[in-house]
Amino acid sequence: MKTGIIIKREYLTRVKKRSFIITTLLLPLLFIGFSALTTYLTVKSSSAKTVKIVDDSHHFVNKIKSTKNIAFEFSLSPLDSLKNQLKAGEFDALVYVPAFDIQQKQTVNIFSNEQLGIEVENELSDQMNDQLRNERLQSAGINQQQYEAASRSTLTFENKVGQEEKKSNSAIASGISTVSGFLLYFFMLLYGMSVMRSVMEEKTNRIAEIIISSVKPFQLMMGKIVGVALVGLTQVLIWVVFLGVIFIGFGSMMTGKIDAQQATQIAQAAQGSGKAEMMQMISTTLGGINWFSIAGWFIFYFLGGYFLYAALFAAVGSLVNEDQQDAQQFTTIITLPIIFSFILMTAVIKDPNSGMAVFGSIFPLTSPIVMMARIPFGVPTWQLLTSAACLVLGFIGTTAMAGKIYRTGILMYGKKVTFKEVGKWIFRKG
Amino acid sequence: MQDNNILLSVRNLSKSYAAHKAVDDISFDIERGSIFGLLGPNGAGKSTLLRMITGIFYPDSGSITLDGQPFEGLKNTAMIGYMPEERGLYKKMKVGEHILYLAQLKGLNKDEAIKRARYWIERLEMGSWWNKKVEDLSKGMSQKLQFVATVIHEPKLLILDEPFSGLDPVNAEVIKNEIFRLAKEGSTIIFSTHRMEQVEEICDKIVLINLGHKLLDGSVYQIKQDYKEHIFNLHLSQPAQTVPADITVLERKDNTLRFQLPAERSANDVLLHYIQQQNNILAFQEHLPSLNEIFIRLVGNTPTARPFDSN
Repeated sequence: MKTGIIIKREYLTRVKKRSFIITTLLLPLLFIGFSALTTYLTVKSSSAKTVKIVDDSHHFVNKIKSTKNIAFEFSLSPLDSLKNQLKAGEFDALVYVPAFDIQQKQTVNIFSNEQLGIEVENELSDQMNDQLRNERLQSAGINQQQYEAASRSTLTFENKVGQEEKKSNSAIASGISTVSGFLLYFFMLLYGMSVMRSVMEEKTNRIAEIIISSVKPFQLMMGKIVGVALVGLTQVLIWVVFLGVIFIGFGSMMTGKIDAQQATQIAQAAQGSGKAEMMQMISTTLGGINWFSIAGWFIFYFLGGYFLYAALFAAVGSLVNEDQQDAQQFTTIITLPIIFSFILMTAVIKDPNSGMAVFGSIFPLTSPIVMMARIPFGVPTWQLLTSAACLVLGFIGTTAMAGKIYRTGILMYGKKVTFKEVGKWIFRKG
Repeated sequence: MQDNNILLSVRNLSKSYAAHKAVDDISFDIERGSIFGLLGPNGAGKSTLLRMITGIFYPDSGSITLDGQPFEGLKNTAMIGYMPEERGLYKKMKVGEHILYLAQLKGLNKDEAIKRARYWIERLEMGSWWNKKVEDLSKGMSQKLQFVATVIHEPKLLILDEPFSGLDPVNAEVIKNEIFRLAKEGSTIIFSTHRMEQVEEICDKIVLINLGHKLLDGSVYQIKQDYKEHIFNLHLSQPAQTVPADITVLERKDNTLRFQLPAERSANDVLLHYIQQQNNILAFQEHLPSLNEIFIRLVGNTPTARPFDSN
């Protein structure tokens, strides 16, 4: 009951803070802004170019299509006058195609004042070679459909993992692992530190003694930890809703732009180059991933890991006096396993079933990040259950231990606490 | 054995920190409706004692009885109002919010808490403070706020640790009058301080502790009687020509005389001596020792503060 009052205060004071609103709104905006900026910069850097083509072979005249960034123009002017125009900077590049035998190899020169970048060359190479191939096919009596039917790649590959033979794709699984591991790392440190700072504030502020004449120190500690957890969940929820809105908005914008005809065109174009199989594979793999299971486990490891570390951070906060330097040695001990799990995570993604990975995903100090990194690759049920049970036991253990440290520490003023003393507090009865 | 007039009874209470005893075998009783002084220098063990009475610390040994029942830590929290010596507030909260929060932690529901908060804010002339942030209050103002938070749930037992420290004389007077009024209305008050002169003025009974031990226990009047040295001040109309044989003159200045009598002699003999000399007696008063003097006499040769728990 009273813990509820404390949770409410801890939650409301944080959520009402201007800094909460700012970070909650600003972080995704920053993220979006940053990605938008990078995309814009990459697009912008390839500015539109004008390329003039002189075609003495007459194979390509008016058959080369301009793209978004490159305008291809055919010219009948003499080469020398065009070269002068090029030098004067009236256009970006000049392509000269001499008359040649289409059965033979031939080099085509591209003249330009400065380095053009790979795009112009790739575009010309694709379009002109396609054109020549079509002509050769026609002279051999093969039409376009016959060619495509014959050159289609018909073999596709799928990874089947474990006994259930789930579809999986290592690249996508690594992506999910990295993102969830990073989020957990970020949340445990950020919110754990927030609990610690708040405990330190209560202690140095001397409000702690007033509060614990009304409630048990343990209630105050848990109230704070739960309150901050709710703040974290609120923040995540806001971001999820935010993302949802963006995806829906983005999705409808896309479907609005592409009508059915365009869609079939895209599909056809993709089919020709064998991209359809790739796209299909990605969508089946994404569908094969159990998003609900991953989200569920993510919330479990988020809360479990947070509670485990938050209790430890609270204990550290209670040990610190005005001299904040004291906090350093204790904080280091707690942050080390978090950082270690993050390092371990990168190794685990490379080899999700090594002995190290299995141990790391069961040991409660590292399991939140490490197990979350393994889950997208598929983890045997017994390991998941053992890891979950260990984590629950782990946070009950650290909370009980932290409660004992906190109870004594929060009223201990003006004295530097040693590890030995803390040890005594933990093992003292009552 | 239980006297119904006793609200709090402390028996053989002890508490040690690692190597030293902060409170060593202390016993006392506090009557209902009395103002009880807990006296001692810094580091005497007052705060530790109070923390045991408020349920923050468990005693190593001994028992506490509150209102006839064995004391049960936080179960009794609604009966107790505790204002610790080292007290703070959440700086970012608003005054009204803060009072309500602490009142609700004491078990008041929100409506009741709002009603009483408004009453006290009115009473202590804090009218315009409700939406002020705590960090904007002066030290004296936050003291008042803390006092309100301590008494808002109408505790039977009010424990005030150095309640006047940091208060200006005007606000100290306001708080002092509130303490008297609450005692009159039936609250029992424990008043802890190291400043002896405040105790003489306010307290009915006191316990004096030093280095964790109880030195003295009783009413202020009785203690002064116990430690009196038969010293008298006499103001005459003319300078004293002679003095009675067996008195010791401590000070003689113009028409006044300060003297000490042997315990068995009556002061009437001295007065008679001057009456017979036709020297008019203008004022006569026994000089009782101040608590401070008694304290210094008792603990004069011991170090008064200890390194630990000196906060």
